Amino acid sequence: MNEFPKALKPADYATDQEVRWCPGCGDYAVLKAMKTVLADIGAKRENTVFVSGIGCSSRFPYYIDTYGFHTIHGRAPAIATGIMLANPDLDVWIITGDGDGLSIGGNHLMHLLRRNLNCQVLLFNNETYGLTKGQYSPTSRVKTRSPSTPAGSIDHPVDPAQFALGSGARFVARAVDTQIKQLVDVLKAAHAHRGAAFVEIFQNCIVFNEDVFDDFTARDKAAGNQVALQHGAPLVFGEDQTRALAFDPQTLGLSAIDVVPGDHKGALVHDAGNRNLAFALSQMTPPELPMAMGVLYDNPTEVYDVGANDASRKRALVDVMRSGFTWTVEPGAKAS
Amino acid sequence: MNNIQLQDAPRAAQDTRETVVVRIAGDSGDGIQVVGGQLGLTSALSGNDLETFPDYPSEVRAPVGTTYGVSAYQIHFGGRHIKTIGDEADMLVALNPAALITNLAIVRKGGRVLVDSGTFTARNLDKAGYAVSPLEDGSLDDYQVMAADISRLTLEATAELELGKKAALRCKNFWALGLVYWMFGRDRQPTRDWLQQKFTKAPDIAKANTAALDAGHVYGEAIEAAGEATSIAVPRAPMAAGLYRSVTGAEALAWGLAAAAELSDRKLVFASYPITPASPVLHTLARLKDIGVVTFQAEDEIAAVCAAIGAAYTGGLGVTSSSGPGISLKQEAIGLAVSTELPLIIVNTQRAGPSTGMPTKTEQSDLNQALFGRHGESPVPVLAARSPADCFEVAIEAGRIALTYMTPVILLSDGFVANASAPWQLPNMDEVERIKVKNHADPEGFSPFLRDPDTLARVWPVPGTPGLEHRIGGIEKDFASGHISYSPENHQKMTDIRAEKIAGIAKSIPALEPDQGETGGDLAIVGWGSTYGPISRAVTTMRAKGYKVSHIHLRHLNPFAANQTELLAGYAKVLVPELNTGQLLRQLKAEGVGHAEGLNKVSGQPFLVRELEQAIANIMGAV
Ligand code: SF4
Repeated sequence: MNEFPKALKPADYATDQEVRWCPGCGDYAVLKAMKTVLADIGAKRENTVFVSGIGCSSRFPYYIDTYGFHTIHGRAPAIATGIMLANPDLDVWIITGDGDGLSIGGNHLMHLLRRNLNCQVLLFNNETYGLTKGQYSPTSRVKTRSPSTPAGSIDHPVDPAQFALGSGARFVARAVDTQIKQLVDVLKAAHAHRGAAFVEIFQNCIVFNEDVFDDFTARDKAAGNQVALQHGAPLVFGEDQTRALAFDPQTLGLSAIDVVPGDHKGALVHDAGNRNLAFALSQMTPPELPMAMGVLYDNPTEVYDVGANDASRKRALVDVMRSGFTWTVEPGAKAS
Repeated sequence: MNNIQLQDAPRAAQDTRETVVVRIAGDSGDGIQVVGGQLGLTSALSGNDLETFPDYPSEVRAPVGTTYGVSAYQIHFGGRHIKTIGDEADMLVALNPAALITNLAIVRKGGRVLVDSGTFTARNLDKAGYAVSPLEDGSLDDYQVMAADISRLTLEATAELELGKKAALRCKNFWALGLVYWMFGRDRQPTRDWLQQKFTKAPDIAKANTAALDAGHVYGEAIEAAGEATSIAVPRAPMAAGLYRSVTGAEALAWGLAAAAELSDRKLVFASYPITPASPVLHTLARLKDIGVVTFQAEDEIAAVCAAIGAAYTGGLGVTSSSGPGISLKQEAIGLAVSTELPLIIVNTQRAGPSTGMPTKTEQSDLNQALFGRHGESPVPVLAARSPADCFEVAIEAGRIALTYMTPVILLSDGFVANASAPWQLPNMDEVERIKVKNHADPEGFSPFLRDPDTLARVWPVPGTPGLEHRIGGIEKDFASGHISYSPENHQKMTDIRAEKIAGIAKSIPALEPDQGETGGDLAIVGWGSTYGPISRAVTTMRAKGYKVSHIHLRHLNPFAANQTELLAGYAKVLVPELNTGQLLRQLKAEGVGHAEGLNKVSGQPFLVRELEQAIANIMGAV
């Protein structure tokens, strides 16, 4: 009789490596959530691969007891692509950051998403280059002061969720490092999605960019400045659930309206399969509108790594070499 | 159409030549490459050995009649082993004035020049840059000119089919081919069969081209009868018995990679980004999905090499391919493969550089890049292919080294080897040695950097294997545990062992021997890569004249064969011809071959046989 394999607990996914992030870094919370997720989904250690680039978040694989590949700056999506082409049955998690994934590696991220390889991409957005000591990043807001922008940055940031949607991602979600329950739910939904699932995690870098997301993550602001997305549920938010999102025909976008709790007349209902709605949600920023959190978009389609491997062996190499024009030189053929 | 039988010996003709070089040139739209390929095939069927080279215009679609829109095809066939495409042409077929003006210089004095006089109109002459028609001003007096109005004769030959003028004129390449077939006694039947098969869905086009082919042939017979021209017989070449096909270097290389995967029971994951002249390898492999090959056209060169590394990490045979500029982009990632000790093949089909350089022209100037192009101490084995057929073997050898030693391997080809084609005796795959490399499976005492004491290769623990979960990356690793290590002693040790591993490959390389000539003597010509053909022919010719010269050709450029320095010390002089400024030469000198001299050419053109013969004569004096 085969023994039923013992279910693994979150602690079973820990390695013996000393975690080297700064005390208080948001990465610790994400690591904890990830171990919970792996245990909850019953992840097989041997079939799970974490692939990262370079940066603080890219040390993540060292701390999870599965297969792990800490690669080079920006290239994790490309290396993960090769892993999936060689073995589409592996469960691949890509760990990247705002600099790694959207600056030096932006091209690879775009193509991984549009090709739709079957994996999860977790982009830890802390709006700074932590590992190189605090330069501004492609997600930093205008006027960010940093060692490389002493007078404040002048370039406009990219929004990760909008980048992902624009690249053709079929699953886009957002979560906050310290909102563990939501983070765990989002990661599970990402894992359940067949195809490339993109998750932006707002991650607090307490050393170089402390509280940069406070306008929507601080205890007193979260309820009013976040809307938690649930497919099929009305888009309500606020301390007492008295605010809701509605379609604004004037701007062809979203606006906030007052609603009576329990009666959501006029409120939009979230449809995770609607790409237009996902775009509209991704563009909301506080204080005018709440940040959209949870699954913005979830609409699966064909998966690249399966398609690339989808051929039954019909021939051997010798058949290939013998195809087309061939001729035989008989033994004893001599120069005339 | 398989297994075509060789024809009977060629008919008696008035003239016999051991080898012949034919160059066919015309506008890009004239179908030059198609008829060139047919001439190659029928020459092989006539029992000749041969080598061919297509000379495409750089522009994708240049205006009709311009010099930069000329496409050419050169073929050297004969009754002996053919090693080059020939220094000069014995016959030029020029289907318009632009083709004549751009290709005449390669025709030997006294050679035959067939032109389509119907295209020598004022407008075409002007486009080609002729003030006066060369057919009228005596400038072709040094050649045997055959001026036929091929355009008109083709229209007449195909009139019955009522294709319309434009479509009918497209058949003139086959008219010219018919005349060439008459001249060298080639059988038309294989080409008739090919046309019929090719145009199954357009039988009239097949008929028209066949009619043009026959008309060209009849024209030849008529001028022969009239005593205006003679046909030429070319004897059979001594060829080993077996099954043959024509193969380009790019095809042979692609199949060699597939063979390496088959011999090692690995999935071939080939990741590449389009670049001239490397893309045909991607194109060839992309058609092999049904033998289990996975190809991936990446978003850029970096993604291509990274995907190949990802595949290697996962237990596949990861291969990436490019040309010099693309290899530059891949170098950081190759460093990752050196550091993580993953097997990987990087193919460089070299072209003239630096930068964009001359993408369609050949050069051997990326040897330094292959040896030294990375950051840090990162030694990588380097191999080079010498001919189209050799590409197959060298690709397997690259696979053997990469998999046996867990290392990236750079395989150098070049634009010349990749595009040239030659008859290739198909290998018996059952006789090719298998590459026996296993995935690591034993969790007992496992560390990802456990090494084979003999090869120093690390184990290959592949995702999916229970009990071997581990983390690796580009950060320095502890020799014993494989964990991150910043220890000074450990970095020294790891640097040393990575170098020792690569140097140790020499133990598995067969002893180097002269390709021709004696071991030890007055002069050794030492080459690598695509200079093989011209060097080999020049050495054969000079030895026949009494010169005691040997030819040594290197496949392994890092590490060298263990006996190489000793072998070269046995020659009073060592000459190293290269299509660069002396990159191998510098390595040989560094290895103690202090008396080596260079013969260097960086013009985008291969060596001519006569340039090498001259160099040998200059060094050795009269015999
Ligand atoms: S620098 Fe910032 S992101 Fe990096 S480990 Fe420290 S707190 Fe975390």
